[in-house]
Amino acid sequence: MKKDYSIWKLLSQGLKHHEGWTPAWRSPEIKSSYDVVIIGAGGHGLATAYYLAKEHGIKNIAVLEKGYLGGGNTARNTTIVRSNYLWDEAAMLYEHSLKLWEGLTEDINYNVMFSQRGVFNLGHTLQDMRDIERRVNANNLNGIDALALNAQEVKDRIPMINISKDTRFPIMGASFQPRAGVARHDAVAWGFARAASNYGVDIIENCEVTAMDIVNSAIKGLQTSKGYISTSKVGCVTAGHSSVMAKAAGIRMPLESHPLQAFVSESLKPILDTVVMSNAVHGYVSQSDKGELVIGAGIDHYTSYAQRGSPHVIEHTAAAIIELFPMFSRVRMNRQWGGIVDTTPDACPIISKTKVKGLYFNCGWGTGGFKATPGSGNVFAHTIAHDEPHPLNAAFTLDRFHTGHLIDEHGAAGVAH
Amino acid sequence: MFVIKCPHCFEAREEEEFSYGGEAFVARPTSPETESEESWGDYLFMKRNPKGWHWEMWGHSTGCRKFFVLKRNTANHTTVGAWTLAEARKIYDAEEATA
Repeated sequence: MKKDYSIWKLLSQGLKHHEGWTPAWRSPEIKSSYDVVIIGAGGHGLATAYYLAKEHGIKNIAVLEKGYLGGGNTARNTTIVRSNYLWDEAAMLYEHSLKLWEGLTEDINYNVMFSQRGVFNLGHTLQDMRDIERRVNANNLNGIDALALNAQEVKDRIPMINISKDTRFPIMGASFQPRAGVARHDAVAWGFARAASNYGVDIIENCEVTAMDIVNSAIKGLQTSKGYISTSKVGCVTAGHSSVMAKAAGIRMPLESHPLQAFVSESLKPILDTVVMSNAVHGYVSQSDKGELVIGAGIDHYTSYAQRGSPHVIEHTAAAIIELFPMFSRVRMNRQWGGIVDTTPDACPIISKTKVKGLYFNCGWGTGGFKATPGSGNVFAHTIAHDEPHPLNAAFTLDRFHTGHLIDEHGAAGVAH
Repeated sequence: MFVIKCPHCFEAREEEEFSYGGEAFVARPTSPETESEESWGDYLFMKRNPKGWHWEMWGHSTGCRKFFVLKRNTANHTTVGAWTLAEARKIYDAEEATA
């Protein structure tokens, strides 16, 4: 195990037909007691375990996963990373994450293929453009790179985009964040898993939490499909299933789980070197390194845990993408899937202590959690280690739904909820 | 995609004709002025969001435009029935009483 990946290792393995690679992370037997247990081995959960071990010196950690590692929303998103949010609290949190992304490959010695190819958020109405100007100015005041572009400037950067006035919702301009981009979604989970495992974190797959042992409003342990674990700190990072875990702890959550669908085309030659999103017509598209167009849809409006949605949502998204890029009309689609996203009323996450001592929740990332993976894990690890929120997530408490301090990011969240 | 039988039109139609209206039977507190922040926040924002059977409001938005209640399983999208609000409330109350 262990040993850093390097060009020399790649060369020496190349001479041995690549038969000497060992698994990237350990698969240990579960122990009966841990200092901290993280529920959910997706990107956010693994990042939390990694930063707990690296920055807070806690090594006796388990990450429990009911399925397989990185098999939920980490495997199902459209890999967009950006930080151009409107409000200070959200912008700072996502910018913290973006800065971690910029050094992540070196930090965890795993190529996460972070490609800062820029993200365009299109505007189609006068009000869209006013909102874009406002958001760009807010971003600049917060030290986040952002530009407001008119339709011709968008066309200059993306020659094949259709800016004609003959469409149903003509493009009037866009906000553009040059430092934004995409990353390799699986590599993030695998890289954090490997780095955490090297610190001694136990990653236990196929282990479902079935009940929480709570005595006098404090967590004592977890009943799992692989036996009982005693622990005094539990971090719950289960995305779409957060309401199910909260119910086990007797906590009410302001979450609704919805299907969010995406699909990819067959592989094409390089054609789109950036990311294009449109809030108004509900679609976003980028091109993966394999050459597939990666296209995301809006959420299905009903709640669901079924990891699939309805075809008319895909049809609507495909229509929007074709209106933006008429030349894609002949592209054939390869695969389609759905993930379950936990949406909050203000389109902002909950990274919070709860009324149960030692039980922490990191949820509510809705349609845009992937971009926050390293930052989310970083501040959540701080919250668990110190039993106090990091300054960057102090505003993202569960309590804000009682005090009324909501952080309304529906405008910048990118997908209509 | 699933099919819903509207209890007002008595016709089975595709889900696309309907709009989702969220959790059913969320009761507005009778005296908002005296509610605590906690109970008012619970009423406004907290959801059951169950994995399994869910009582939910739907509107037949491109049909009769009336609201009704559907009982649907969120784990697999099967439905057991759709009722008018008054009918559904009786079944729901009976279910809650035994739960």
